[in-house]
Amino acid sequence: MMIDAKELGYKDINEKLREAGSECEIEGCLGQRFIAAGMSGKNISIKGVPGNALGAYLNGATIDVFANAQDAVGDTMNAGKIVVHGNIGDAAGYAMRGGKIFVEGDAGYRAGIHMKAYKEKVPVMVIGGCAGSFLGEYQAGGIITVLGLDAEEKNKKIVGFFPCTGMHGGKMYLRSDCADVQFPGQVIVSHANGKDLEELKPILEEYCKEFDLDAEEILDAEFTVLTPDSKNPYKQMYVAN
Amino acid sequence: MRMEGEVRIPSGCAIAAVISKDGNKMSGQKIYECMKPMHDRSNGLGGGFAGYGIYPDYKDFYAFHMFFDDRNTRKSCEEFLKERFEIVKSEIIPTRKIPAITNEPDIWRYFVAPLKSQMEKMQVDEKEFVARSVMKINTEMKGAYVFSSGKNMGAFKAVGFPEDVGVFYRLEEYEGYSWTAHGRYPTNTPGWWGGAHPFTLLDYSIVHNGEISSYDANRRFIEMFGYKCNLQTDTEVITYIMDYLIRVKGLTLNEAASVIAAPFWSTIEGKENIEEKEKLTFLRTVFPSLLVTGPFSIVFGFNGGLMALNDRLKLRSMVIGEKDDKVYIASEEAAIRSMEPDAENIWAPAGGEPVIIKVKEGAY
Repeated sequence: MMIDAKELGYKDINEKLREAGSECEIEGCLGQRFIAAGMSGKNISIKGVPGNALGAYLNGATIDVFANAQDAVGDTMNAGKIVVHGNIGDAAGYAMRGGKIFVEGDAGYRAGIHMKAYKEKVPVMVIGGCAGSFLGEYQAGGIITVLGLDAEEKNKKIVGFFPCTGMHGGKMYLRSDCADVQFPGQVIVSHANGKDLEELKPILEEYCKEFDLDAEEILDAEFTVLTPDSKNPYKQMYVAN
Repeated sequence: MRMEGEVRIPSGCAIAAVISKDGNKMSGQKIYECMKPMHDRSNGLGGGFAGYGIYPDYKDFYAFHMFFDDRNTRKSCEEFLKERFEIVKSEIIPTRKIPAITNEPDIWRYFVAPLKSQMEKMQVDEKEFVARSVMKINTEMKGAYVFSSGKNMGAFKAVGFPEDVGVFYRLEEYEGYSWTAHGRYPTNTPGWWGGAHPFTLLDYSIVHNGEISSYDANRRFIEMFGYKCNLQTDTEVITYIMDYLIRVKGLTLNEAASVIAAPFWSTIEGKENIEEKEKLTFLRTVFPSLLVTGPFSIVFGFNGGLMALNDRLKLRSMVIGEKDDKVYIASEEAAIRSMEPDAENIWAPAGGEPVIIKVKEGAY
């Protein structure tokens, strides 16, 4: 079903989506918020710029955006997949606890802020370009990967300032030696080993399929791995313990 | 009216701006229409715009836009103005009666030139004279507010949603080379006509999305230099800080940005360019009380240009796009696409990274 979003508010769009079958297309989107919030069992493709909190609480639906996406995409999403054929704004995947967000271009500030995980629920975010500052702020779980595919060509840093601030769970992969990146003291910085790459491979293969890229080629590079130092990271923050 | 500290409303706000680098004129219609996709960022308690280049026939005169509570206030204020200025034109600012905008005060504009004799008496230059006169009216005359006082520019603001405020002020009838816009969602302070953005002084204007946690520290410092923060909201202090740093102290826009959104000491420490490092250290050391903390994204307007700036932690969103001679700035890309569907090079500046766009010399 095709939905012409022009002149429609977000309530109308979501109502139409709920009434529609599993295949939906939204055209002429311009800033309407909360699109597909909480939805499951649908494939939604969006033309035009969707508003903030796209796919908030998403519960299994798939969303493809053929434009840039704004702030707080996938806020607290539980399951499903959001694919952005463009850049993504600030606070992408805010507190997401399951599902996947794949971004072709750059991410703004605070991507993956407070992502979390529980048992089989492991959220995944892959950013093809570079990420802004505070990547993975307070990350508590899940896997964040930044590929920096155009970093060299455009002379960009793979990530801005203060990545992993407050990180206390999950894992982060940065496709770079990160010589110019400063990490906080409570994370362990290491080079990806065979086991890491094994974990990364299926994620990247799925990502590459979306954007028609070569996973082998992308994997053939240096990856830096960040994990929290789980030996009591807050030792002596308040009292000696 | 309940004052600051007595009211608490949750946060929001929207900003947008457009400028033509070639100085081409644009009507005010697009700028108020672009606020529609960001409607939910405001709550109807304030909307406003600043247009530059809109008064070419009076470009050598200061255009005072004023709110008056009643006729008597206006009459006594006009007496005051006549003592200090030559008033070449005074008129009611044309508005449209629409159901969305109610309870408007009397809204007037005056095109004025400062009296030389008065300036000599006070031993100040023209701009300082105008600034002091504005402060005097806003502080001492109950029920009278100058909400715009620059040359060849003007602010238009009201209580209401921004897209309605634009219709109310008939902005499609003005032509400017740059426009800024604001939709308000007041935090902590009441929504009233004078408290809508932009906040202006001379040709400087600020539209702001955010909440300044350093407000009182900034206010205490800036009030030592003759500024009075009396509009019951945090944003006006940024306007006065910019006026102080740029007009009074002679800093460049970049330097002023490095004062209000100073990099962290750790970031300064990591700078490899020694000259830059020393400069940033100097600015933070000399103007520590003008560091603006808390979330903000602002657009600073001035004759001939705009500057966009985020707080150093980038706690508010802001994107920039371009098309031909025009540069667009907004809280959301949707607003830019509303003005220019084919906008290119959409990007988000980093926290504390000023983006300065100037109209080419001689074109404004």
